[in-house]
Amino acid sequence: MAANLPTQSQVQGGIGVTEPHTEHDEHLHHDEHHEQSFLEKYVFSTDHKVIAKQFLITGIFWAILGGTLSSLFRLQLGWPESTFEWLSPFLGKWIEAGKLNPEFYLALVTMHGTIMVFFVLTAGLSGTFSNFLIPLQIGARDMASGFMNMLSYWFFFVSSVIMFISLFIETGPASAGWTIYPPLSALPQAIPGSGLGQTLWLVSMALFIASQLLGGVNYITTVINLRTRGMSMSKLPLTIWSFFLTAILGLLSFPVLLSAALLLIFDRSFGTSFFLSDIYIAGQALHNVGGSPVLFQHLFWFLGHPEVYIVIMPAMGMVSEILATNARKPIFGYRAMIGSLLGISLLSFVVWAHHMFVTGMNPFLGSVFMFLTLIIAVPSAVKTFNWLATLWRGNIRFTAAMLFSIGFVSLFISGGLTGIVLGNAALDIQMHNTYFVVAHFHLVMGSSAFFGLFAGVYHWFPKMFGRMMDEKLGYVHFWLTFLGVYLVFLPMHYVGIAGFPRRYYAWTGFDMFSQFADLNRFISIAAILAFFAQFIFLFNFFYSIFRGRRATQNPWNSTTLEWTAPIHPGHGNWPGAIPAVYRWPYDYSKPGAAEDFIPQNIPYSQTQSSNLPYEREME
Amino acid sequence: MNMYSAEPLTDKEPGTGTHPLRLLLWLMMISSAMIFAAYTSAYIVRREEGNWLEFALPASLLTNSIVILLSSATVQWAYFAARKDNLKNVKLGLLLTIALGLVFLVGQYNVWGELVRNKIHFGGVDANPSGSFLYVLMGVHAFHLLAGLIFLLKVLRKAFNYQVHSRQMLSIGNVTIFWHFLGGLWLYLYLFLLLNH
Repeated sequence: MAANLPTQSQVQGGIGVTEPHTEHDEHLHHDEHHEQSFLEKYVFSTDHKVIAKQFLITGIFWAILGGTLSSLFRLQLGWPESTFEWLSPFLGKWIEAGKLNPEFYLALVTMHGTIMVFFVLTAGLSGTFSNFLIPLQIGARDMASGFMNMLSYWFFFVSSVIMFISLFIETGPASAGWTIYPPLSALPQAIPGSGLGQTLWLVSMALFIASQLLGGVNYITTVINLRTRGMSMSKLPLTIWSFFLTAILGLLSFPVLLSAALLLIFDRSFGTSFFLSDIYIAGQALHNVGGSPVLFQHLFWFLGHPEVYIVIMPAMGMVSEILATNARKPIFGYRAMIGSLLGISLLSFVVWAHHMFVTGMNPFLGSVFMFLTLIIAVPSAVKTFNWLATLWRGNIRFTAAMLFSIGFVSLFISGGLTGIVLGNAALDIQMHNTYFVVAHFHLVMGSSAFFGLFAGVYHWFPKMFGRMMDEKLGYVHFWLTFLGVYLVFLPMHYVGIAGFPRRYYAWTGFDMFSQFADLNRFISIAAILAFFAQFIFLFNFFYSIFRGRRATQNPWNSTTLEWTAPIHPGHGNWPGAIPAVYRWPYDYSKPGAAEDFIPQNIPYSQTQSSNLPYEREME
Repeated sequence: MNMYSAEPLTDKEPGTGTHPLRLLLWLMMISSAMIFAAYTSAYIVRREEGNWLEFALPASLLTNSIVILLSSATVQWAYFAARKDNLKNVKLGLLLTIALGLVFLVGQYNVWGELVRNKIHFGGVDANPSGSFLYVLMGVHAFHLLAGLIFLLKVLRKAFNYQVHSRQMLSIGNVTIFWHFLGGLWLYLYLFLLLNH
């Protein structure tokens, strides 16, 4: 953009003023003078862009693994009578006489949930895009503390290594579900996975929480403190708002999971009785008296519920941005979008017990949580309405990112509607622990967040790697994934309403469920096909990094600041001064403007033909 | 909130705008506070369920509380001394704070010994959650206090290198805030235990 050149001298408040020397800037200038070693540049880097890519690549690794695990247990669910001898080179002793070990089935489910929720959709999604976009979109040279940011990745890395190792130990990985409810998770006598596997799970998650906190405090500080000149909170792109609020949710909720995990560690290894009481197991009465397993659920879901918004809100922010850019229209209801994000964030802390309607809680308390839960439908509906209104009569460009964003809205509606069903205690008690619940959260949180992740990768790939991803492969990937997701999860609703319980290794022992054999097989085939469709994305991603079409500086004609940086931004993002910001991020198709977009760094004095009456004062 | 981040940030002093490191500190204190909020609410929920061993809190907890209050005063004294460029008193104040912090930790350790002598165990056959919670609250707080002591040592080293004075108040300001936070946290825990044990 040649247009931003004249503004650069204004950034520092006048011509000839030397660039301010923050500690950080000095560090950056220092870097320019010596060649960074490979280790400094790509491994122990403090550059937010490199750290973002590290999170993305690690997240992709975990996504492949999480998907593989789900394919394995879908094989078991689809063909419960078959033998899986052909898997024994891969699964070893977990295939016993041709059958999948039932306890290993539970381990597969547990690790699939843990990996997808925490390692892919929290670290992989938020870690990638918060890191990549916050400094670039607010006009900062880097995060507030590059060192802490690097630590955040390496804590995640070590946590990943430990979790990965736990897959290969003799007693198997954690098997008590991703919610690790005691007493099952506390007693190795209960299930082999609650031995060393659960210990490694807890250690890994403690490191993961440290990683999230180190990252989160950085994101918040950066957004509050390091915005460029003119970038007021009311001019922030919605991506930044969503990352900012996501980080606040993490800051307040992850410490509570750490508390719960620590108490569980004490119960498991130090003989305390926080969650254990009156247990008779393996012919032996345990000494533990007076513990409360429901207490663990309260502590867990106090994190667990905000966690689902930690997963979905970054996707919401990116989708808002991509929809506006590709509909060539301002986002509909910018302030309502911020307000609804704030509303969702606040409400996410007061609804956790809707996961616990069947724990015997006081029905009055249940009604309070039900009421608060149903209120979340309001900000969610505001967002959905605004996305649809943004598309309405837009000049839509169907890029791969746009397709995934529209797909996100579709999945969010489909999954959200069943949320209203499950939020009602009376219905939830009926539907609890059936595949209806599985279908609900896989649509509204799992698949939606994945679609947000894909949309983000397709959209910001040119900024990350300076090359474009292949659009045609993107379309194929989108349609296969979109159809695949619906073919998997729509039938699941039906199976769930009919009472089919989740977490069961095999249902052939129950006559009432055998009629669902064909539907389960159908779901399994769709799931495995949808999983294989992801390899199209993988090929596209890695091929395009090296061989993709070279990107221009602003390939989507977008308004936000990251596209004013060079195609390959160095450490520090802008070679000269950081551009200042004059306008909100959604000046698309403004009447009277020369082009159909006006970047945030163009002052009103240069756009006199399109200025609105109140903007003339700012010329 | 600071709108114009292009200004030099390192020169900022407490009160004239929030330095990123100051903000990071506040955010980390909030997340620490959430840990203790979780523990104390879990404590109340668990206590309401009954089967709760009542025992008298060791009297030396009061002494320890007074020690940590004193250490808050000494760190504040060091901070004021830094503002007046009185480097000798800065070092003295920080050293006193570290010493009092260590006295507090040793005191807490002795309380654990006293608890064990009174047959209030952390875990095992005759442990009750009421005792276990006391150990957890004190232990996790002591862990935070260790972090505070390391932070104090770092600032003390800076003070010996003439890097703490009226124009470089950031680090001593941060450590003062953090130390007050640790003292306040202990006071909260102590009052909480007095009211709810």
